[in-house]
Amino acid sequence: MYHRLPAGLCLGLLAAAPALAQTPTLTVYAPDYFGSEWGPGPAIETAFEKTCGCDLQYQTGDLLPRLLLEGARTEADVAIGFDSTEMKKARDTGLFAPHGVDTAGLTLPIDWADDTFLPFDWSYLAFVYDNEALQDVPRSFAELVAAPDDLRIAIQDPRSSVSGLSLVLWAEQVFGDDVAQAWADLAPKITTVTPGWSEAYGLFTEGEVDMVLSYTTSPAYHLIAEGDATVSAAIFDEGHYMTIELAARLAGSDSPELAQSFMDFVTTPEFQSLIPTSNWSYPAELPAADWPEGFRDLPMPDKAIWLPEDKAALLRDPAIEAWRQGMLR
Amino acid sequence: MLWRAGGALRLAPADAGALWFTLWQALLSAALSVAAAIPVARALARRRFAGRGLLVTLLGAPFILPVIVAVLGLIAVFGRGGALNDALGLIGLGPLSIYGWHGVVLAHVFFNLPLATRLILQGWLSIPAERFRLAASLGAPVGRLLEWPMLRGVVPGAFAVIFLICLTSFAVALTLGGGPRATTVELAIYQAIRFDFDLGRAALLAAIQFGICAAAALAVQAVRLPDTMGGGFDRVVERWDGGGLSRGVDAVALSLAAGFLLLPLAMIAARGLPGLADLPPGIWAAALRSLLVALGATALTLVLALALVLRGGWIATLSGLLPLAASSLVMGTGLFVVLYPVVAPRDVALPVTALVNAAMALPFAARILGPAVAQAEAAHGRLADSLGLAGWTRLRWLLLPRLRRPLGFAAGLTAALSMGDLGVIALFAGDGQATLPLMMVRLMGAYRMEQAAGAALLLLSLSLALFWIFDRGGRADADA
Repeated sequence: MYHRLPAGLCLGLLAAAPALAQTPTLTVYAPDYFGSEWGPGPAIETAFEKTCGCDLQYQTGDLLPRLLLEGARTEADVAIGFDSTEMKKARDTGLFAPHGVDTAGLTLPIDWADDTFLPFDWSYLAFVYDNEALQDVPRSFAELVAAPDDLRIAIQDPRSSVSGLSLVLWAEQVFGDDVAQAWADLAPKITTVTPGWSEAYGLFTEGEVDMVLSYTTSPAYHLIAEGDATVSAAIFDEGHYMTIELAARLAGSDSPELAQSFMDFVTTPEFQSLIPTSNWSYPAELPAADWPEGFRDLPMPDKAIWLPEDKAALLRDPAIEAWRQGMLR
Repeated sequence: MLWRAGGALRLAPADAGALWFTLWQALLSAALSVAAAIPVARALARRRFAGRGLLVTLLGAPFILPVIVAVLGLIAVFGRGGALNDALGLIGLGPLSIYGWHGVVLAHVFFNLPLATRLILQGWLSIPAERFRLAASLGAPVGRLLEWPMLRGVVPGAFAVIFLICLTSFAVALTLGGGPRATTVELAIYQAIRFDFDLGRAALLAAIQFGICAAAALAVQAVRLPDTMGGGFDRVVERWDGGGLSRGVDAVALSLAAGFLLLPLAMIAARGLPGLADLPPGIWAAALRSLLVALGATALTLVLALALVLRGGWIATLSGLLPLAASSLVMGTGLFVVLYPVVAPRDVALPVTALVNAAMALPFAARILGPAVAQAEAAHGRLADSLGLAGWTRLRWLLLPRLRRPLGFAAGLTAALSMGDLGVIALFAGDGQATLPLMMVRLMGAYRMEQAAGAALLLLSLSLALFWIFDRGGRADADA
């Protein structure tokens, strides 16, 4: 009988819903981290609801798989939080409408002219370490590969996480035809490969590994939220692969004006200034002078590496296979 | 899911390697778990000591932990900076690495040794007291006449259950496996569903898992011996054997198992304590939701398992094992496909979670209840027949009184498993529907590792409390 209780609660909520039906609802699909109380979602919701006269509701979970499953029947008006490595797959669904936002003001290190996917934040992939514990910090990807084998690194699996996938694309860009050999040389130093970012980062904070695959913006969390300056990101000469997160609006949305005004809201300073200290990444349209102090001082790579979606899609399987072969050698 | 999948079905070359690794690590893990569980269960069955009840409860803990929590606990003991390597360093021995296939097997034994121990202990306790009394008075060998036949009845089932659990392992295998050498089929399924969104491939791989599972279920059915122990008067078992050397063997078995299982738990508790103080306020609502889901799943599982076990036969054996072959991710995605056209998934997120948890716990409950029902029927069935006891009356007067202990254990296990399950809610949750494990994952995803460790400790405590209450309820008679 107990299992009826949650159902009863849901029914109660449904019954209460008509009272709110006067205000239109904007349904936003987002990854779990985005909508959680420690992600940027809640603050963005509050800020947007102040002006839109609407009720913004997040539905969190796997973004793209869910949209693919639901197809044109989806009730999403806006989807936010795509990783740029999945852009082609998202575009191929044909579910999205042009975002209609001027991208000239974006402050990304690369040019962005896509009319469907709108960046809202970005960061560089990087190997993060404890600057009090690690002595010989590699200054390039090549130095990392050549480092002594007692260095201990945790990375994420390219088959189950976007950061792992971006890493193999990054390595592919740096080492080209020699990438499988680079992985073979790196393999003894890779303590373990985790399914997602959290497990690997947990291993790093436990002191189980010296370096972990994360982002150049990770140190900002420790600096700003914990007052801890011991975490740094190693900056490599060859350049760093970018992670860009994107928003798009659904062509089949039943409140297109509301969806459009949300897309317009994404690039405003109000939205953008919420990003750094809630998503621990760089805002996509905010001059560096307006970033929080901990972010302005972070070391920046000289060169941004990023693959357009067609090239990324083409290289994906060979890059994963090179990683697998190299790691098995 | 197969229906929705359509498209071309194909297997990548890497899948053969994954399948091979999946099979042999599951076989090895199950064999080691069961082999180690036999001496531990024997020791628990024939010794009485202070703290035995507490030990039996705590032994249930590893099994119900969320994977990532257990892995971090294991690393705190066996990892590079872990207690074991510290101790080895003191006596001048080099550091051991937990990463590799041996780490995967170690973690699987950590998870499943307690389950195997409890399943086998259940068998030991089902040998009627009168048998031991008779054996003692005749000076007959207890091991050959009583214990060996019991083990032949119980061990294949326990082995199969654990083999299947290890078959669908994914996060353990990946995190401790150290890389692509330790890829399992479940990782390929995860990749196909959550990353490639290739449902055809996911369904094909899931079908392979189902095939292995069905083969295992049939093998169990073929190997298991019918129970010939006969009935007793449900007296407390007293043992007259087992003095001298065997006392030392039991002490060693118990200390090793307790150390192996409890040290990582102690580490989890120690890690969690600092974070406990500043847990976010929303955590209590999440804990309550988890509790309701767990209780719902428990009620459902007990009813289903009883029905399944009473029906008996190979169909029951198969359907009692099949849910093990499907991870909650596969089941959740399947349900999503089925439910989506009918109802918004987020409206039924919690009931669906309870339902999937119930299905996942069903094999364990059936495994626990099955032998007990069979034994009660074998011992008292004919008497009940002659008295015309049937249907509800038979259940009420013949079976339920004899099933208290297994029912309590099954309920405790289901509740605790459901409490710790993350898989499904992550697919369905809407605003304000997060369960405790989901909260923990969110904290980890937001760099808040210390608070996440606190949430893990809270989760562990609540799961253990639920487990203890149910299990204790079933063991309320003096023998606990």
